[in-house]
Amino acid sequence: MPRLLELATTIRSKNAGVDHITFDIIFSDPEAYRRVRDSGVLSRDAIARLYNVAPETVTHFMTVDAACAIKFTLQRPRPSGSPGETDVFGSQQYPPLFDIEVP
Amino acid sequence: MERMTLLSPTGHLGFTPIEEGSFYAGVARRPDALVADSGSCDIGPYPLGADQQHSPVAWQRHDLEIMLVAARRLGVPMIIGSAADTGTNRGVDLFVTLVQEIAQQHQLPPFRVAAIYAEVDRDDLLARMRRTTVVGLGGRPPLSPDVVARTDRIVAMMGVEPILQALDGGADVVICGRSCDDAIYAALPLRAGFPRALAFYLGKILECASLCAEPFMAKETVLGTITHDYVEFEPMHPGQRCTPASVASHGLYEREDAFTHAVPGGALDLHACVYTRVDERRTRVSGPRWVPAPTYAVKLEGAGKVGERAVAFAGLRDPMAIAALDAMIGWARQKVRERHGEPGVGYELFVHVFGRNGVMGAWEPRKTTAHEVGILIEAVAPTLDQAMDIAALAQRNLFFARFPGARGTGGVAALPFDEVLPARPGYTWTINHLLPLEDPLELFPVRYVEVGARARAGGGR
Repeated sequence: MPRLLELATTIRSKNAGVDHITFDIIFSDPEAYRRVRDSGVLSRDAIARLYNVAPETVTHFMTVDAACAIKFTLQRPRPSGSPGETDVFGSQQYPPLFDIEVP
Repeated sequence: MERMTLLSPTGHLGFTPIEEGSFYAGVARRPDALVADSGSCDIGPYPLGADQQHSPVAWQRHDLEIMLVAARRLGVPMIIGSAADTGTNRGVDLFVTLVQEIAQQHQLPPFRVAAIYAEVDRDDLLARMRRTTVVGLGGRPPLSPDVVARTDRIVAMMGVEPILQALDGGADVVICGRSCDDAIYAALPLRAGFPRALAFYLGKILECASLCAEPFMAKETVLGTITHDYVEFEPMHPGQRCTPASVASHGLYEREDAFTHAVPGGALDLHACVYTRVDERRTRVSGPRWVPAPTYAVKLEGAGKVGERAVAFAGLRDPMAIAALDAMIGWARQKVRERHGEPGVGYELFVHVFGRNGVMGAWEPRKTTAHEVGILIEAVAPTLDQAMDIAALAQRNLFFARFPGARGTGGVAALPFDEVLPARPGYTWTINHLLPLEDPLELFPVRYVEVGARARAGGGR
């Protein structure tokens, strides 16, 4: 089975305001987008399991046909840049998505 | 007016200098205005809370200089949002001073600058909170007086109305305090009578300049054109293209929700957007809808100091030590506890373990540890002396950590430098809330400054 890394052209994470990090998975091939969208490997529950968070920490999950994109947003454990921060821009939280296998 | 073209040279003026090649290619197309945002809450709470620079003044000056000189030569408006990273009063005044210096240096003919301020006084906010609820964003509870009390500085994010007022006041250059980045682009199109939904959508896409184009390049200029029926985007770097995919996907960027985008006074509904390729490099978008908000509200951002901060570093290479990592950290924490008491009461100690989960913390799904580990120690305490003491204790007790089977008796950690570094104080975002306003102008006073008059009197161009 191909990994998400091999199907998507953009896989990124970034702050959305000071309390959230948002993730965009974007495909240049509409066929690859529909394959991932319809496979169910990306869902609110799947994301919560992967990131070891409660499902309600995934505040948004949506598929965006016009952009061939799947988007989800996580509530941060603390506001961005507070003491104890590991990633002030939220820009390195996406790599675990690479290895998701897509049937 | 049938169409209006705005030039967007950067997503964060001064963060890194604007690339000049595509900028001057854009200027050669004679846009109707030059617009750039200079702020972001991405940089963390320190610059707002302490009211300090984040970007170097020299880079902010560079970006303002090439924009101002081009705008005045074209005779078109220039609008700058969220001056100097945070949009505090200090940032607005700094940018006005830089504009005055640049005008003098280039002997620019006279023009009028509007400075729009966006700081919120704590007592004024407390008085408003007695009359109205200040709703929390990001899952926060409504704003309470004790949260305001531990906030050092607050800004409100202005909508389009104060900018329209400044333009009506004859401003050629508008320097905004904290401002909604879509609004700084929407102001001139709205004033010229273009549809509100398209004007704000134009801002949403232009606010990060070349990030709406592909391949990925930052700080390159993009032109956005608005008509009564659509908006159109064209990159000025020859290697970039604005495609339906690049523009549509930029609509997702740095936002929680893909289809709804709230701004002061309403929201953009993007469900019905249609993205059309005009040619290899240009994409046209129609169909965004404007949904008015029942209440006019502006976002408040506030940052408060948590404590003084110190950091130290230690590296591990011994596989026995790495296997005993949790016990080693436990030992170091115990030694800190013996001198400073329980963490969380008066001080905090963070131990970031690179090679295990230093980047993702509790979100890291991989449970492996690398053959070499970097440990960043971060201590926060009421005084810098205490923070330095805590960080040093933790670092040196990693060096002297005890674990069963240890072979290296000359120290079990590598210190790249045997010192503790004082860091900037720790701040946190205390306020991320929505404040309802009766009048969109009420928090945002405008000051007009006539610039360049002496140059004219002296016979300048």
